[in-house]
Amino acid sequence: MSDSFKVLYYVNQFFGQIGGEDKAGIPPEFRPGKIGPAMGFEALLKGEGTVVGTIICGDNYFNENKSDVLEIILNMIKEAAPDVFVAGPAFNAGRYGVACSEISKAVAQQLKIPVVTGMYVENPGLDNCKAFAYVVSTSDSAGGMRKALPSMAALASKLAKGIEVRSPEEEGYIARGMRKTLIVEKRGSQRAVEMLLARLKGQPYETEMPMHVFDIVTPAVPIKNLSKATIALCTSGGIVPTGNPDKIQSASAQKWGKYDISNKSALNAPDFYTTHGGYDPIYANEMPDRIAPLDILKEFEQEGYIGKVFDWFYTTTGTGTAVNKSVEFGTQIGAELKAAGVDGVILTST
Amino acid sequence: MKLEIGRIYIKDIQLGKETSVIDGVLTVDKQGLIDNLKEDGRIKDILIDVARPGEKVRIIPVKDVIEPRVKIQGGNNGFPGVTSKQAQCGEGRTHVLYGAAVVTVGDIVGFQEGVVDMWGEGAKWTPFSKTYNLTVDIQVVAGLDPHTHEETVRIAGLRASEFIGLAGENVTPDEVLTFEIGSMFEETTKYPDLPKVIYAEMNITQGLLHDTYIYGVNQSGILPALLHANEEIDNAVISGNCVAACDKITTYQHQNNSVIYDLYAQHGKEINFLGVIMVPEHTTLAGKVRASDYTVKLAKMLGADGVVVSEEGYGNPDSDLLMICKKCERNGIKTVLITDECAGRDGLSQPLSDTAVEAVAVISGGNVSHVVTLLPADKVIGNAAAIAVLSGGWEGSLLEDGSMMCELNAVIGATSEIGFHNVTCRLY
Repeated sequence: MSDSFKVLYYVNQFFGQIGGEDKAGIPPEFRPGKIGPAMGFEALLKGEGTVVGTIICGDNYFNENKSDVLEIILNMIKEAAPDVFVAGPAFNAGRYGVACSEISKAVAQQLKIPVVTGMYVENPGLDNCKAFAYVVSTSDSAGGMRKALPSMAALASKLAKGIEVRSPEEEGYIARGMRKTLIVEKRGSQRAVEMLLARLKGQPYETEMPMHVFDIVTPAVPIKNLSKATIALCTSGGIVPTGNPDKIQSASAQKWGKYDISNKSALNAPDFYTTHGGYDPIYANEMPDRIAPLDILKEFEQEGYIGKVFDWFYTTTGTGTAVNKSVEFGTQIGAELKAAGVDGVILTST
Repeated sequence: MKLEIGRIYIKDIQLGKETSVIDGVLTVDKQGLIDNLKEDGRIKDILIDVARPGEKVRIIPVKDVIEPRVKIQGGNNGFPGVTSKQAQCGEGRTHVLYGAAVVTVGDIVGFQEGVVDMWGEGAKWTPFSKTYNLTVDIQVVAGLDPHTHEETVRIAGLRASEFIGLAGENVTPDEVLTFEIGSMFEETTKYPDLPKVIYAEMNITQGLLHDTYIYGVNQSGILPALLHANEEIDNAVISGNCVAACDKITTYQHQNNSVIYDLYAQHGKEINFLGVIMVPEHTTLAGKVRASDYTVKLAKMLGADGVVVSEEGYGNPDSDLLMICKKCERNGIKTVLITDECAGRDGLSQPLSDTAVEAVAVISGGNVSHVVTLLPADKVIGNAAAIAVLSGGWEGSLLEDGSMMCELNAVIGATSEIGFHNVTCRLY
C-alpha cells in the first residue's frame, strides 16, 4: 500500500457520526482513518488510494467562525499532505454545502491540492467553488450517496494520478465554467451549416457557446466639485513609454503598467507609443495623446477646471484580453487609486 | 453564374529554372519569380524557400497565405481590380494548384502576423501545415511608411501566386468542381420548398493591417455588398489584414471560403443558397449600426429564412456580430453565428465581449488564448525572435532550446471564424 495515493476527507458532524443538529456546534477535529462516507469512498479506490484521515466539523461552528476555522482546517490538511482532498457530498444541505465549498476553494487555491466534492446543482455553495474543485452532481438528498461516491472516487483517482479529466458529461461533475479548446472531427463551417439546417427544420441542436450574463456595475457617486478633484488617466489603448519597459503584451494582456507623468504636459512621441495589436497604430504613434489625452487633462488642470491630474498614468492592452483579467486589473488599479485619494478616472479604450 | 474550378493536385514543390507542373510536382523558377517581384521598386530583396508538410520547419512572421491559380476562361487572370484589370469573377474556368500555397514572410509590419509550423504540435493548430508552401520572404527598401510597406508585401504575395499559378494553364486537372447558381427567381422556381439561406461574412475594415478588399475596393468605405456565391471563391476578395493571426481570413481562405463551400453543398438539396453579403466591421458605433441594419435589410429583401454569420477578429466586432444576430432574429431570420473566444489562458473568462439572448446557435472556433508549446524547429524561415512582439506571444515566448510558447492568437488560422479549421471549445 506504500505507493498508493493519500486522500484526506472532510465531513460534517452528521456524516462524521457524531450527531445531528444538537452537535452542529462542534469545532473541527482530525481523526486518523476513514469515517462515514469515507469508508465507502476508500473501497471504491480499489486499493489504489487510502483515506489517511477524516476532518469533522459542525456545520454551525464552521459557518459562524469561517475565517478562523478555515485556517485551522487548512493547517490540518497541510500536515496530512494528501494527494487529493475530498469533501462531502453535501447534496442540497445549505450550511454543509457552504462549508465544503469554502474549504474546497481554499485547498485548491492556497494549497494547490486537487479537490473533489459533491453537491446538488442548486446547493448555495456550488457557485463559489465549482471553478476550483470538481463538484460531482448529486441528487438533493443523502439517498444519492451510492450514486455520487463512484464518480467522486473515479475523479479523485484521476486527479491523484495526474490522468486527464474528461468532459463533465463523461465524468459526472458540474461544468466548472472552463472553456476547453479541443480539436474535433468536423470543421466549423460544416458544424454551422448542420446547426442551421437543424434550426430550419425545427430539430434539436446545441449551441457551442451559451451566452454570458453580464454583471451590472453600480456607478460611483458623481464628483461634487471638479475643481477640487484629482483625476487619473487610464487607458486600454496600449500607450507605454517607448521600449515598453514592462513588456505589456500586444494582445491578451497579462499585466498593466503605471508610469510617472507628474512632470509631463503631454504623452509625446517619440517618448511614448502604443504596443496595442488591435488597431492601426500609425495615428496613435504620431500623437499618443490621441489615445490617452494627457495634454487636455493638463490644460484643464492649469485652467483650474479640474483640481489635479494624478501623478501616475495607468495602461494596458485591451485587445483579446480576457474579461477575468480585466476585472483583476480594474480591481488592482481601482484599489491603488482609491488609496491615493483619486476622485475620478478618465478611462479610454480603442 | 457558372464557375468550373479545376483542381490540379500538387504533391511537392521544387525550386528550379522554369515554372511547371509535371506529375503533381510544382517546379518554380526561383530567379524568374524574384526578378518578377523585384520589378516593384519598393522591394529590396526576395528570399524564396519551400516548406513541406511534416518537415521540422517554422515559418514566422507570416503575413498572408494565397492559393496559386490561373484563369483559363472568362474574367481576367490574377486578382481583378488589384493585380489585373477589372473583370467579373465567378464565371468561366479557373485552374487551382490544389495543395500548394504562397506564404508571405518578411520584416514585421504589425503585431498581428503569425506562425505556421509544418510538423508536430504546431501543425495540429494551423490548416497551412497541410499545404506545400512556397515561402516568399519580402525585404522592402528603407524608409517606406508602414501603410506602403503593408501594401508592398500584400501585392507581392498576390503577384507571386499569379506567377506560379500560370504553371497550371495547360495541365489537365485531377478534379473539376462546378459551381452554378442562377438568378434568385430561377432558383426559387426550381426549389420552391427549400428554405432560403444567405451568408453574411463580416470582414475587418479598421486601418493598417485591418482591411479587406473586394475587386480592389477597400470595404471600409462601402455599404455591405451582395456577392454571388461564386465571386469570392474566384479571387474577388483579398485580405489586407492580420487582425490576430489565429482568426484573420487569409486570402487563401477567401479563395476557399469553407462556409461558401459547405452551403453550396446543400444548395438544391436542403437549402436555396442566395449568396453572400460582405459586411464591413467599422470602428464606430454608427458604422456598426449602419452595417448591421443594412445587412439585415438585404437579407429581408432577398426573403432569407436563415443566415450564417461569420466574424473576423474579436473584441469590438463581437458587437457587430450580435447586432446582426439580434436584428435577424427579430425579423424572423434564423441565425447561426461563427466566432471564437477570448476566454483567457485559463479558459475561465466569458468568451465574448458582448452578449445577446438571441444568440442561441453559435459555433466556436476555439479560445484564442489557449497556450501551446511548439517544439524547436530544425529550420526557421523568417525570424524566430518575432514571436516576442506578435499578438499571442510575449517577451520570453521563445525559449532557449528554440521551442516556443504562445497563445493560439499567434498561429495562422487556428481559431478560424469562417470555420475553416477543426478547433472548438467545450464547457468543462
